[in-house]
Parts: sequence; structure tokens; C-alpha cells
Amino acid sequence: MTELDEATRLTTQPAPVQQPRRGDPFGPLRLGWRQLTSMRTALLLLFLLALASVPGGFLPQTSLNPIRVDQYIREHRTLGPLLDRLQLFDVFSSTWFSAIYLLLFISLVGCLVPRTRLHLKALLTKPPKVPRSLAKLPVSERWESDADVDTALAQARSALRGWRVVRRGDELSAEKGYLRETGNLVFHLSLVLLLVGIAIGAFRGFKGTVLVVEGRGFSNTIASYDDVHPGRRFSPASLVPFSVDLKDFRATYGDDGKALTFNADVSWSKLGGTPKGYDVRVNHPLAVDGAKLYLIGHGYAPHILVKDADGTVLDDAPVPCLPQDPQFLSTCVIKQPSTKGKQVGFRGVFTPTTVTDEGGRVGSAYPGPKNPALTLTAFVGNLGIDSGIPQSVYTLETKSMTPVDNGQARALLPGQSWKLPTGVTLTYVDTREWATFQVTQDPGKLLALIASVGMVAGLMLSLFVRRRRLWVRAGGGPGEPTTVQVGGLARTDPDRFASEFAAITARMRE
Amino acid sequence: MPDKGLGQLSDGLLFTAVVVYALAMLGYAGEQASRKARRAVTAVRAESRVLLGAGGPPVSAPAVPVVTERPSRAGRIALVLTLGGWLVHATSLVLRGFAAGRVPWGNMFEFSSAVALVAVTAFLLLVGRGAVERSLGAFVMLPVVLYLGLASSVLYTEAGPLVPALNSYWIKIHVAAAVVASGSFLLSGVIALLYLLRSRYDAGVEARKSPRFPVSLGAQLPSAPVLDRVSYSVIAFAFPVWTFAIIAGAIWAEAAWGRYWGWDPKETWSFITWVLYAGYLHARATAGWKGRKAAWVAVAAAVALVIDYYVVNIFVVGLHSYA
Repeated sequence: MTELDEATRLTTQPAPVQQPRRGDPFGPLRLGWRQLTSMRTALLLLFLLALASVPGGFLPQTSLNPIRVDQYIREHRTLGPLLDRLQLFDVFSSTWFSAIYLLLFISLVGCLVPRTRLHLKALLTKPPKVPRSLAKLPVSERWESDADVDTALAQARSALRGWRVVRRGDELSAEKGYLRETGNLVFHLSLVLLLVGIAIGAFRGFKGTVLVVEGRGFSNTIASYDDVHPGRRFSPASLVPFSVDLKDFRATYGDDGKALTFNADVSWSKLGGTPKGYDVRVNHPLAVDGAKLYLIGHGYAPHILVKDADGTVLDDAPVPCLPQDPQFLSTCVIKQPSTKGKQVGFRGVFTPTTVTDEGGRVGSAYPGPKNPALTLTAFVGNLGIDSGIPQSVYTLETKSMTPVDNGQARALLPGQSWKLPTGVTLTYVDTREWATFQVTQDPGKLLALIASVGMVAGLMLSLFVRRRRLWVRAGGGPGEPTTVQVGGLARTDPDRFASEFAAITARMRE
Repeated sequence: MPDKGLGQLSDGLLFTAVVVYALAMLGYAGEQASRKARRAVTAVRAESRVLLGAGGPPVSAPAVPVVTERPSRAGRIALVLTLGGWLVHATSLVLRGFAAGRVPWGNMFEFSSAVALVAVTAFLLLVGRGAVERSLGAFVMLPVVLYLGLASSVLYTEAGPLVPALNSYWIKIHVAAAVVASGSFLLSGVIALLYLLRSRYDAGVEARKSPRFPVSLGAQLPSAPVLDRVSYSVIAFAFPVWTFAIIAGAIWAEAAWGRYWGWDPKETWSFITWVLYAGYLHARATAGWKGRKAAWVAVAAAVALVIDYYVVNIFVVGLHSYA
């Protein structure tokens, strides 16, 4: 490297990949490592990462919506299974996606370590010596001064406030903008920290969802949840002990049926603690120590009363129905295996604002409960619950059952009953609502947040701070006027540096 | 409750802004056309001088209309129109906010209008700082006019309240940052395309070929290094803002959906956009990628951004499907 090169090398960016010496037993390894940590490879991996994410942005993903994935596979008989085998429905946990980002991060660390070392060295060493010819630099100026060399240099130095300046003989070397590389390193280091934070969350975190009807509750234990997603290294002992009761759920809608607000009025307590009230809303979760409780869904649960032929109460509880459209037409299933006679089952829809079209089909015109009705078809026979095959509470297996009234549906208003030929009576008592809650514990969250702040801060420094160097040489024999030469160099934004340079030299000449 | 009268006034103002922008575009184009004519005159004169100097028979000056001070006036009027259009556009957005009683970026229509406003703002700032010639406006106003026209015809939504999921102070922070970043990114995408055009034109001139349309437009553009630098500086400004927008979105998602990142389609495309712009910033500093390849990356990133906003919202089912 020539002297000018050395002085004007304003970057700690690594040099291009060089061939290793011949006869080096680790030559191929060394070359491979240098290739991996080269900027070109990193760039390629970066583009690969973007490309690999594209199918995740278009195809349904199991982690988001397993039902849509199944539907997609069913609808595309040849393509579906092929895409599935290529893990295209699980892009972000796929082998190939993981391989790309792991390689990228290895390349990043491999680049970060030497650059940090170089930068630390640069921070500790003084600005480089003045190049022989200052006139060759992008900006330079030369003038004669009446002051002697020392005074001229002192004046030059005072014009360089905020710069790191070192005097060697009759020369000044000055540098500014070290924070650019510091910011760059902080940004990339934060990326690594972010990945660690995400990994901690994925391994030690927990997510569970549970459906709760008004007046009921649950406690934060694995068994309470309808659906759990524990991390691979999650320990159930780390679940924060607390319980929640849903006192009241309210949804309000505009005249056009668009939802305006959702409120879940809950009472919660830690193990052995006194219960406290909280209003869980969208964007307003309940936080208990490291756990957070979110309101993620809602629906209707008509309260029904089932009596056997002899008047024994078999069931007196709300039945959660699953919403099917924006107007909350919801499907309901009621099973009653404990009858003395044949088992009974009901299947139908709940409609909060019931309307009937010309064909007699029931629908809902509004999501709020303006005119609720429960329209059911009844079946008698064998529910198949005892067959050993697991069944969902939301589906009715009618293979061994016969429909009542030839499958004619009957609409019940609140308070109305339906007596089946077997003597069993079903009463639609009133309407309650249910809410689904999600409880999340993510121990890596704070680290991810800190890393994100580091990313933005580092990024701003690395993009907006400009690194530049400036040199001054003063000379002249006794009796002669002093000649002052100044030269400067900036890697980025040369126009701005030129005007900065002009302002500095003007101050030096004052 | 939504105020209908204010909403209609806002719509009217937006329409006015589009018309004024279109007029400004014509002004910029007029400035370019007359400059081209002047250039032709100079060329012809130079030729005649050469002929005279060669000792040939005297040639009378050709009867080409002499261009006077008109061109710069057309350009100046265009700039004033752009400023006026900007004011009307900004007023329209503010009124929209009052009409709906909330921030004016609650649905795709409002979002598009705000993004266009940012792009025009960024262009005006660039011209004000002397980073680009104002005549670039012809190429900037064209996409702005098309974009606003499309947004107000296809995506139009009347001023109304927000869906509950959007009802959070994070909409002010997350969406505002996304609007600022997107407006800047889209502007940089246009400039990157113009850079590619200009460098094609330069290559053609170097090879002594007379370039055809649209490459011939390159003659009207600032030099390739200027376009490259401006495109870079706009991206360098927007990239941290975009990063912040994604992080603010993640914090909001943590409060609204119980996780800060879940590869929802909108999150995925924001990530792709981010990675591509990160790639651009690295490419511009890497030998073998500088110049045209880097500019193509900037264009690809802008395309990812458009997919992120429009394709994802309209065609892909996800948590961000609101309007």
C-alpha cells in the first residue's frame, strides 16, 4: 500500500478475497471461510433470504392458518403435496430457510469480528501522516500567511474543533466521524442479538388459547388450554400462576355492522391473591408478571336447558357456537348422551339478528343480538361417543342417528322449547357471549426490543455520520511568509464535504 | 362521528391537487421540450459555423425559431404549481383527518394519498436543496398523478371510524413512519429507473447509436452519477425510518395480537422489502455491484414495497386486511 493509499483508506471494509499461499494445508478451508465472509457472499445470501421469503408471503402457512393449508392441498392435488414436501407451507421453519439465515449470520459474525478489531485499532491510533502531495486530494487549498508556522498551525487547530487532531512536526492530521463505523458495528451486532432474542422466545416461550364463556374462567395451567404451543425447551413450571374469570363481554357495532369496540371485563388473581378487575381490549392486554393475556376472538353461546323425559335436568349450560360470517351466523352442536332413552343430538345455527329469505333460509343481518334465534335440526340414535374414536365437540356424527321431523329445522326464540318424540326437551334460555383469550410468555422479548433499539441507533449513525480526514502543512524559511497547505478527503457526500472544507479553511485564514 | 361535508371538501381538494400536479407535469415537460429545441438550434448553428470555417460557400442561418427566455419560465411556473398542488394536497389530507376524527391514514385510500404527499415533499426538498434539477419533475409528477388517480378511483373509501384493531396510538407512530418511508422509497424507485434509463442512453451514445424511445428520454435527464447519488441519499434517509416502522409495528403487534412477529403476509413482505433495501445499501459499496446492478436492486425493493401494500391487502388473507 502506498502512503497516499494508506492515508486515504477511510474504511475498515475488508479487502477482496485473496488466494491463500500455495502449500498451505488449510488452504481450501481458509479460502472457503474467506469466501463465506466476503461481502459478495453476504450480498448473495441476503438476496437469497429475500427470495426464500417470497413463497411465505403468498402461500398459506401452517403457523398462521393450518385449515387454509389443508384446503390448498386438497384443491391442488398434484401441486399441493409437492409444495408440502418442499416445506413451502412452513417456509420460515424450513430447512432451506434456516440454512440461508444461519449461513448469513455466520458470514456476518465472521465479518464483524475482524472489523471490530480494526475499528478498535483505528480508535486507538492517531490520524495518519500527512500525504506528500496535498494537492492530489479531492479538495485542497494553499495560501500564504504573515503569521509564523506555530501561530498558523495553532489557528488551523482552533478551526478544527470537534476533530481528532495530532501534530507531527509542522503538520497536522485530523479525522472526524468515527461514529460511522461504530454505528455500523452496533447495527450488525444488534442483528445477532435480535436473533438470540428470537431464539430464546422460540425455545422457552409458551402460547395457549382458551375459549371462555361469560361467567366462567380458567387458570394458567397447560390443562386449561384448548390449544397450546410450547417452545421446544419450555418448562411448564415457568407458567405464571394466575387465574381469570370472564365477568362480561361486550362488543359494539356501527350501523353498517362494522365492529367498533370489544371489551372483556375480567377479574383476575395470582395464586392466593385478592381478585382485581381489568378491562381486556384489543391493543390492551392484561400483563401478569412475565405473562400476557390477549383478547383474540369472540362469539355467542346460547344458554340451553336439556331435560329428560322424566324431567331430570341433563344439561343447563351455555353452548359456544362458532362464527361463520361477519354477521356472526354461527354453527352450533349440542350432544346429550346421558338420556335414559336414545341419545339425542342437535345441529344448527345461531343468528344474532335473524332474517329469513324467500326460500326459508335463515341468516343474520347484523352482528349484534337484535333478534337472536337458534335454528336446529334434531337427531336421535347413537352419538358414537363411546366408540373410542375421538370426536370434536363442534361436530355431530349422524351416521347412526335418525333425523327428527325428517330433518326439518326448527327455529327457537329465547325462552322457547322443543320436545322431541323421545320425550327429551330442549329449551333455549337466553344468550351469552364467549371470548377467546391467548396467554403468551416470551422470555426473549426484552432482548429483542433492546436489539431493535440498537439497530435503529446504529443504522442512523452509520448512514448519517460522515467520516473525513483533513491535513495541514505549514512551512517557510525565516523572513519568508508562511505557506499553509490544506487537503481533505471524505468517502461519502463529497459535495457537502467540499463546503465544510471551504468553511474550515476560511476560519483557518482569518 | 364522520363529518360528511368536510369529507367531500377533502375529496374535492384532492381532485384539485391531482389536476394541478398534472399541469405542473406539463410545465416541466414544456421546459424540457423547449430546451431540446434550443439544443437543436445550437447544434445547427455549430454546424453552419463549421461549414463556414471549412471555407465553403457562405451558408445563411437556417430558419429555425430562436428560443428566448420562455423555457425557464415554464419550469418556474411548473415548480410554483407543484408547490400549490402540494399545499392543496396537504390540506385535503388534514381535512380528511378532521372529517373522520382521527389520523388521516386509516385505510388504503388515505394511505396512498399520504404516501404520494411524502413523495412530492421529498422531491420538493431535493429541488430546494439543489440536489436535482427541477425538470426531473416531469418524470416524478407522472407516477404521482397516475398513483393518486388510481388510488382515488379504485381504493376510494368514505371517511369513517377505524376498526378496533387499528384503534391505538401506535397507528400514529407505526403508520406515519411507514408512510414517510414508503413515499421516499417510491420516489427513489422512480429515480433508480431514471438512472437506468440514463445509463442506457449514455451507453448508446458511447457506442454511437442514436437511442430510440424511451431510452432517448435519457437526454432530458440529469447525469447518471447525480441520479445514482440522489436515489441513494433518499434510500439512506428512508431505510432507518422503514426499520423503525417495522419495529413500531412489531411493538404494536405484541400489544394487539400477542406476538411481535408472526410472518403474517404483510410482515413477510415488509421483511422482504427491508432485506432488499439492506441489499441495495451493501451492493452500492461492493465492487461488481455498483451502478446498474445496485439500481436494479432498488427497483426490485420498490416493487416488493408495492406488493406489500397493495397485493397483500387486496389478494392475500392476513391480519392486515382491513380496507
